[in-house]
Amino acid sequence: MPGGSPSSIGGRRRGDGLFVLACLLPALVLFAVFMIVPTVNVFRMSFYTWSGFSPDMRFAGLGNFTRLLDDEQFVRAFQNTVALLVVVTVVTMGVGLFLAAIMTRQRLRGRALFRFILYVPSVLSVVVIAAIFSAILDQENGLLNGTLRLLSLDGLRQVWLGDQQLVLWSVAFAMVWQSLGYYMVLYMSGMASIPEELYEASALDGATAGRQFFAITLPLIWQNLRTTLTFFVMSAVNLSFVLVRAMTGGGPDGSSEVLLSYMYKQAYTNSSYGYGMAIGVVIFAFSFLVSLLVSRATRREPLQF
Amino acid sequence: MTTINWRRTLTYVLVTAIALAIAVPVAWVLVASLKQKSEFFGSPWTPPEGLHLQNYVDAFVTARMGQYFFTSVLVTLLGLVFVLAVSVPAAYVIARYEFRGRGLVEVALLAGLFVNVNYIVVPIFLMLVGWDRALVDVLPGGFFIDNPGVLSLVYAATSIPFTIYLLTAYFRSIPAEYEEAAALDGASRLRIMTRVMLPMARPALTTVILFNFLAYWNDFIIALTLLPGEGKTLQVGLLNLMTAQKAAADYGRLYAGMVIVIVPVLIFYALIQRRLIEGMASGGVKG
Repeated sequence: MPGGSPSSIGGRRRGDGLFVLACLLPALVLFAVFMIVPTVNVFRMSFYTWSGFSPDMRFAGLGNFTRLLDDEQFVRAFQNTVALLVVVTVVTMGVGLFLAAIMTRQRLRGRALFRFILYVPSVLSVVVIAAIFSAILDQENGLLNGTLRLLSLDGLRQVWLGDQQLVLWSVAFAMVWQSLGYYMVLYMSGMASIPEELYEASALDGATAGRQFFAITLPLIWQNLRTTLTFFVMSAVNLSFVLVRAMTGGGPDGSSEVLLSYMYKQAYTNSSYGYGMAIGVVIFAFSFLVSLLVSRATRREPLQF
Repeated sequence: MTTINWRRTLTYVLVTAIALAIAVPVAWVLVASLKQKSEFFGSPWTPPEGLHLQNYVDAFVTARMGQYFFTSVLVTLLGLVFVLAVSVPAAYVIARYEFRGRGLVEVALLAGLFVNVNYIVVPIFLMLVGWDRALVDVLPGGFFIDNPGVLSLVYAATSIPFTIYLLTAYFRSIPAEYEEAAALDGASRLRIMTRVMLPMARPALTTVILFNFLAYWNDFIIALTLLPGEGKTLQVGLLNLMTAQKAAADYGRLYAGMVIVIVPVLIFYALIQRRLIEGMASGGVKG
């Protein structure tokens, strides 16, 4: 019996079935009611036209999905999500890897303190982060514009959250700020398990720190990196939504709208429930496909130490 | 030798700059929460003239952050109680008992790991509205919407896959000899689970409690949707304060509100940071 069961002594005991059922049922009921049923509903409702409140519910077939193609706001939300995914992943991963390598390889003094500070944003709520960034980026009295005025750099002052060209960069910056420490700690834990001898041996051969990073560190934490890529896809979709919802509300004029915030808007505020759920299905398919593709493209033979 | 020192200095400068970029905004909010309204129009770097604690009184009483604080504590604690009460027994029998449909249950829970709550929060809301409507004759005031208990139940439900996944893995790593010995001594199944296995699963339980605590305490999208009335959680209250501040330019109250939300989490983090980071590294958990 795998794992060795207590019932393996003298076989099954009477009443095992009842005990299993009693232990399992509450969790399964909760899980089914609040996870499975709503998930099924997302898919089912995407084929209907329904306001969510009226009894009037009409089958629309693929109508909601074809409507999406002509919806400029949806296309924009899609582009914004992809842009955030690319920018945030590249920057966070690059800087996170770099910091993790420095922290593990060079015995910096005050490492514990750095790690402590960098991980702080990971325990803060998204609303707090949105509030902090609103405070920094406030047009009049924000930390950034106030500092620029102090330095007589008034020309650089911007309406960071009110400018259609800038707002997405502000959101991207907040996302990097939030997640950098988290990924650094993840990469550090991967690097910590690489044996020191490998570095010593290559140092004897005259390898520089940079060369060691690409020849030893990177290949040996490759699996670790791949896992975080999936996390990046999920956070580009989910974190961006909660952040945008709290920080910009999608504005100005939809220029910081991301996929999930647009779905929420359609389903909840605009009462186009069926349409909103169709957007949900597309996001789901999109993130699934991207994760799959990324995982395929980065597959390597696992290396052993 | 000089080149190496040069490099080291550069590294320190860089790492310090990044650490400052993270620490300064948080510290700035803490300091600015003590400023008077007029002080916000000068340079952001001037220290506050005095300890203007009125901001905190405003935030706690007028902006009702005190009341929201209580709601958040209640909802978080209830959520933790619910999730542990249903997940521990389920994880235990999945780890230790052979039963029909076990494979199916495991696959379903595993799939549940990939369902993000952001997708399903609107369907959950409409389902609860529907239940309220069906019960309108019995409970005209409604029951499911604006109910902190229901909110904690939804929190618990959405973290069941993660919780059971982690606990099952841990239960499986515990040798079966302890249970066999207890069974020979005539202990009942329930007693074996609660008195033998539960104490041994303490590290996994701690990890689960830590991550679920942060998830419940920091959530705002479910709370925003399921508690549309007066009884809000701290996060939703802060969001409202943010919107109100934009209109009224009343920063002090907002920053005081932020401090009220940040400080408990920072204290919690300082106390358990090692555990948290170790748990994250071992579980590969996405926060």
